[in-house]
Amino acid sequence: MRAIGIILAGGNSYRMKELSSKRAVCAMPIAGSYRSIDFALSNMTNSHIQKVAVFTQYNAGSLNEHLISSKWWNFGRKQGGLFTFTPSVTAENNFWYRGTADAMAQNLSFLKNSHEPYVVIASGDCVYKMDYNKVLEYHVAKKADITVVCKDMPANVNVDRFGTVKMNEESRIEEFEEKPVVAKSNTISCGIYVVRRRQLIEMIEKCAEEDRYDFVKDILIRYKNMKRIYGYKLTDYWRNIATVDDYFETNMDFLKPETRDYFFKQYPDIYSKVDDLPPAKYNPGAQVRNSLVSSGTIINGTVEDSVIFKETYIGNNCYIKNSIILNDVYIGDNTHIENCIIESHDTIRANSYYVGENEIKIVVERNDRYVI
Amino acid sequence: MIKKEMIAMLLAGGQGSRLGVLTSKVAKPAVSFGGKYRIIDFPLSNCINSGVDTVGVLTQYQPLRLNTHIGIGIPWDLDRNIGGVTVLPPYEKITNSEWYTGTANAIYQNIDYMESYNPEYVLILSGDHIYKMDYEVMLDFHKEKGADVTIAVMPVPMEEAKRFGIMITDEDHKITDFEEKPEHPRSNLASMGIYIFNWKTLKEALLANAQQPGLDFGKHVIPYCHDNGKPLYAYEFNGYWKDVGTLHSYWEANMELIDIVPEFNLYEEYWKIYTKSEILPPQYLSDTSFVERSIIGEGATICGKVYNSVIGCGVTIGKDTVVRDSIIMNNTVIGENCELNKAIIAENVVVGDEVRLGIGEEAENETDPHIYNNGIVTIGEKSVIPNGITVGKNTCIFGKTDDSDYPEKFLASGKTLIKEGDNK
Repeated sequence: MRAIGIILAGGNSYRMKELSSKRAVCAMPIAGSYRSIDFALSNMTNSHIQKVAVFTQYNAGSLNEHLISSKWWNFGRKQGGLFTFTPSVTAENNFWYRGTADAMAQNLSFLKNSHEPYVVIASGDCVYKMDYNKVLEYHVAKKADITVVCKDMPANVNVDRFGTVKMNEESRIEEFEEKPVVAKSNTISCGIYVVRRRQLIEMIEKCAEEDRYDFVKDILIRYKNMKRIYGYKLTDYWRNIATVDDYFETNMDFLKPETRDYFFKQYPDIYSKVDDLPPAKYNPGAQVRNSLVSSGTIINGTVEDSVIFKETYIGNNCYIKNSIILNDVYIGDNTHIENCIIESHDTIRANSYYVGENEIKIVVERNDRYVI
Repeated sequence: MIKKEMIAMLLAGGQGSRLGVLTSKVAKPAVSFGGKYRIIDFPLSNCINSGVDTVGVLTQYQPLRLNTHIGIGIPWDLDRNIGGVTVLPPYEKITNSEWYTGTANAIYQNIDYMESYNPEYVLILSGDHIYKMDYEVMLDFHKEKGADVTIAVMPVPMEEAKRFGIMITDEDHKITDFEEKPEHPRSNLASMGIYIFNWKTLKEALLANAQQPGLDFGKHVIPYCHDNGKPLYAYEFNGYWKDVGTLHSYWEANMELIDIVPEFNLYEEYWKIYTKSEILPPQYLSDTSFVERSIIGEGATICGKVYNSVIGCGVTIGKDTVVRDSIIMNNTVIGENCELNKAIIAENVVVGDEVRLGIGEEAENETDPHIYNNGIVTIGEKSVIPNGITVGKNTCIFGKTDDSDYPEKFLASGKTLIKEGDNK
């Protein structure tokens, strides 16, 4: 293979509210049985990238647990493999990762000791399918220094949390703004980059010398007139999940047949850690409509327009609508839940009532659970 | 030096002919069970949960699906540097090349495999029962009693005892005598086909009886050990144990999984059952679906109504279809407006629209009444049933069928329609 992979998975996001208080955004459960980082990891392995580094920092526990065996993504190999880099104190350095470029600088040996000519950098908080080889071919054809994967967002979408780009007719990026207050363009950067490995090392080293730490601000934006930075337009499904609303809507997208068909049925597959859970069980009283249900779940009540993650128990006479129930939640009898995200490992007492008015409500409820 | 205290030998070569077309292309241990599992997952999971990490799987009949399923043992954590799972098919030798001619003969032909692990004890298992059992507890019993051979037994109702191999024991659980399918049983302790042998005893008995045609544990090896004065003990097991050897018992065991609190509970954290999962996505239930008293595997799409059924992974059930008391295995597609009653449908079957299965009065099956009975409709893997067909009870369909196979779009109760496989 001609490239190695880097997945930036360090981030926290205040936009995720309580959901990110115990896990990195990249470890967010998606679509019933996946986690956010599965999409980037599966894309890497499906693009035949054999050597992948994951940079983590914020609340890495949940993510590390997910990545503990790399064999689910076909990385448990003698050649290459999956490398997880958390910040560590060394003789030269005792800082956390101060930014994405700093994360790479602190682990420069990973880049230096590889022999593949290119690097694919992706972030772990996006849901999409992509053959990175196509971007790489484009990168080579354009004789680019850096290729940035971009997407045109619909005019009504607020892009102020993304980097926005403007390209000329040859697709060379002429303007790049990070989180603009007033965006000049609705084309955003997807946080996926292809760059020649030696070029990247050189730029990262330069950055580190100047005490600059951010890949977007200190490399892409500063170098955009000097280096040949090109945009590659992504037209298929792509979504960043790093706000509560985006997270909610991304999950709800999977209730649409076309989204399920694209991700679940069409080649290539998305892989995830296998949990060995029994089939979902529907007891008398269960009534499920337009919902996704994952394995290990037991349903006794009514569920509509919702995504139920793994190992959930839904009691008798419950009514759940337009909600996301994360992993291992116990919901007592006669509970009403509407427009909510129920945090994983929650125990909801019987006769509870949770309704998100005007916005999606995040429910974190740690009652005692009695397990027989 | 390699040393394993106990290794397991799992007999998975049997055809299981009483499962009819379900086993025409796969060995019985590879038949689906409980939505996402295969029968062999239960003994394999028991092994790893009991700390037995070296398992030889003896295959013979239609091993392809079994080999693919087992692979290098990843789902059961049986991919080990030393030990792990090894598939052991019969092989050619300079003289006396033969198939596995009996249960003990299969073990005899693999003496070298067992010897290479230098075990103290060898656990003999069969790949066609549904149960959870801690073999380590049985081994403790074996050691405590100072037994040479321990046979797992379970109490059965006295009137059923004549269908089993029966052990007669003294108050210390020592086996004093045994009878194979006795007319007038003297005990109700039935052998479960699970044995722990001291390796030395087993090896000696296998070598001494090597020339015995069809060398069998129940018929030859156990009696030989008993006659030579070896101490034999019966280990009584009182948990759930189900032989799924007939279509009806297979159907019943599946249906027991959907009880509100099933006797055989797959939902316990402790003692998980592992299987190879190819399909990960969650299942989708549409606006028009209704599911009650059923279990459904990953990736299924349900648009119809499902009652009292076990649905495998990746199954599609069309709109306005009603499924009752049925078992549908992985990746089968059922069209719209169908009605399914007490059907067992194997993997990758395509059932068209407006198909009705299990309709009308029962009639005895004309070809194999001992296999296809109790009103069950059985459909073999990769079969195709065209639109608008009505099928009676105690029927069997196997192969790609078209309208010309169904005069007046109808297959009467008791008919067998086989277009695929060796006995078509």
